[in-house]
Amino acid sequence: MEIKKEILELIFPKGTFEWFEITDGRSDEKNTCITLKGIRTQANGVEIGALTTLTEVINHPLIQSRYGLLAHAARRVASPQIRNQGTLGGNVSQDTRCWYYRAGMPCYRAGGNICYADTPTAANREHCLFGADRCVAVSPSDTAPALIALDAKFVIRSAKGERLVDAEEFFIGPSVDITRMTVLKPGDLLTAIRIPNTWAGARFYFEKVADRQVWDFPLVNVASAMRVENGVIKQARIVVSGVAPRPLRLKAVEDSVRGERLSEETAELAGKTAIWGAKPLNHNHFKIPLMKNLVRRAIRGA
Amino acid sequence: MEWFRWQRNPWGQEILRGLSWDLVWLAIAAGLLFAVVHTLLYYWRWRLNTPAGMASKEDRTEVGGQVPERVPRHSLASRIFHWVMATSMLALLFTGFLPIFGLKFSWVTPHWISGLVLTGAILFHIIHASFWKGLASMWITLQDLRDGWLNLRQIVGLPDPAPGRTGKNPLENKLFHHVTSITTLAVIATGLLMMVKVDTPFWTRNPYLLPDDTWGVIYVLHGAASVAFITLIITHIYFAIRPEKRWITLSMIFGWIPRNRYLEHYDTERWPVTQQTVRRADRPLPKDG
Repeated sequence: MEIKKEILELIFPKGTFEWFEITDGRSDEKNTCITLKGIRTQANGVEIGALTTLTEVINHPLIQSRYGLLAHAARRVASPQIRNQGTLGGNVSQDTRCWYYRAGMPCYRAGGNICYADTPTAANREHCLFGADRCVAVSPSDTAPALIALDAKFVIRSAKGERLVDAEEFFIGPSVDITRMTVLKPGDLLTAIRIPNTWAGARFYFEKVADRQVWDFPLVNVASAMRVENGVIKQARIVVSGVAPRPLRLKAVEDSVRGERLSEETAELAGKTAIWGAKPLNHNHFKIPLMKNLVRRAIRGA
Repeated sequence: MEWFRWQRNPWGQEILRGLSWDLVWLAIAAGLLFAVVHTLLYYWRWRLNTPAGMASKEDRTEVGGQVPERVPRHSLASRIFHWVMATSMLALLFTGFLPIFGLKFSWVTPHWISGLVLTGAILFHIIHASFWKGLASMWITLQDLRDGWLNLRQIVGLPDPAPGRTGKNPLENKLFHHVTSITTLAVIATGLLMMVKVDTPFWTRNPYLLPDDTWGVIYVLHGAASVAFITLIITHIYFAIRPEKRWITLSMIFGWIPRNRYLEHYDTERWPVTQQTVRRADRPLPKDG
């Protein structure tokens, strides 16, 4: 269907989309395609179109210089070929990788009454330590913790209009809705992600541990943003993924390190605080020391 | 409309998943329909009837003199139980059904906490009713059935003798109580079983207590009882807010009914109330009182 640019501009703000016309080669009928891509500077930060590829995010000079945390996280997603095709919006909106769910088992997340991963003999080494609520699947995104650490806002459009959702609130756990991982409902469209200047140029740390170096989902990853003055941590945001049904912001850790000297002792304390309350499944106990060490390294290495 | 939700388990067997939530609308419709039919019947016929079996005022003046101005109907313990049960029941319905119909929030924890409150309230009620109030007050007697039958005939306009006055609890109250009891016990038993699947401060979850097809049956029973509660609560609230029943509703707040209501509606022998029984209000009342 051919749509005039003026009409598109009524739907999407100017400059937030690219458009082009295509034909199927057999008729003269034109179809209008829009792409919600591109990285745009704004007064209070930067806006990244949801269909911007991960490679574009990684290579963009502004992202590299001011929001290196996101560039670093995006660089660890999957493989180069996938990053050339895969988008930032897609990476944060993806569904869980739980084997049982993906294999079509009628589990809770699929609308059933049971979790096939939460058994003594299930293959659950990739599953959660925190936030289990009937379902034990984890959020698989690498860029999600970085975006939460950067205090990003997600722009969602629907027939009712546009709304902004904090990155932290964009992801939901099974206690809220066991069949979805994000607040996106049918009819919602994630159009862009806005990153404010708040954490631009801060000290960043991202590390991902997976079974393979490329083309793999995280067992655990950590993203942190810190403001440090005279060796003292003034502000910090620390987020881990792969350990809960949604990316987990470690507010207790942030509170415990705020005002402390950036030292080995502080890092050790942060690691111990991070794992408090973890409830491992039968085959994922290893995630506890892994998470503890990643958080410790995030403090030490920032 | 479907009655059940089904699923195919990993072994390819068709097993129950739960009750179809279409039935929620059926339950709401049934409750509202009952209210509408009752209202129409009331304004068409019952409103014109004098209170059941009412004898002349003179017959009751002798008894009335001994009856206090305020007749105790519900003890403080009974009233507290009623309102705790009502609150927990509404909390259970809202936390259970709102997420199904699109209002998403973290519902599981408030749901099981409300369930435990309801369980505690019911345990208290069973003990209180068994040892203090007396179970006999809710038994359905032959006289209840006879009066109920006469009531029914009166409703449809058959020329029969008017039914006698009731004891403390008329037949419809007893029937409502028993249906609610069965439904409550079903929802509690299945709910407690389902609680083993979630983490609580008291235990760690164990999703494999029962096989998946048995869980399906448990979910159907829990759903059926919950859906039945929708109809039961609609009808209960309907009667509670009816103008001519307001004095009964108020008695669940203040604990007493006025003397004239007592003399008008109740058989003083089946529910004897005197100054003496008022002073002994905490003790079991004789007969079906």
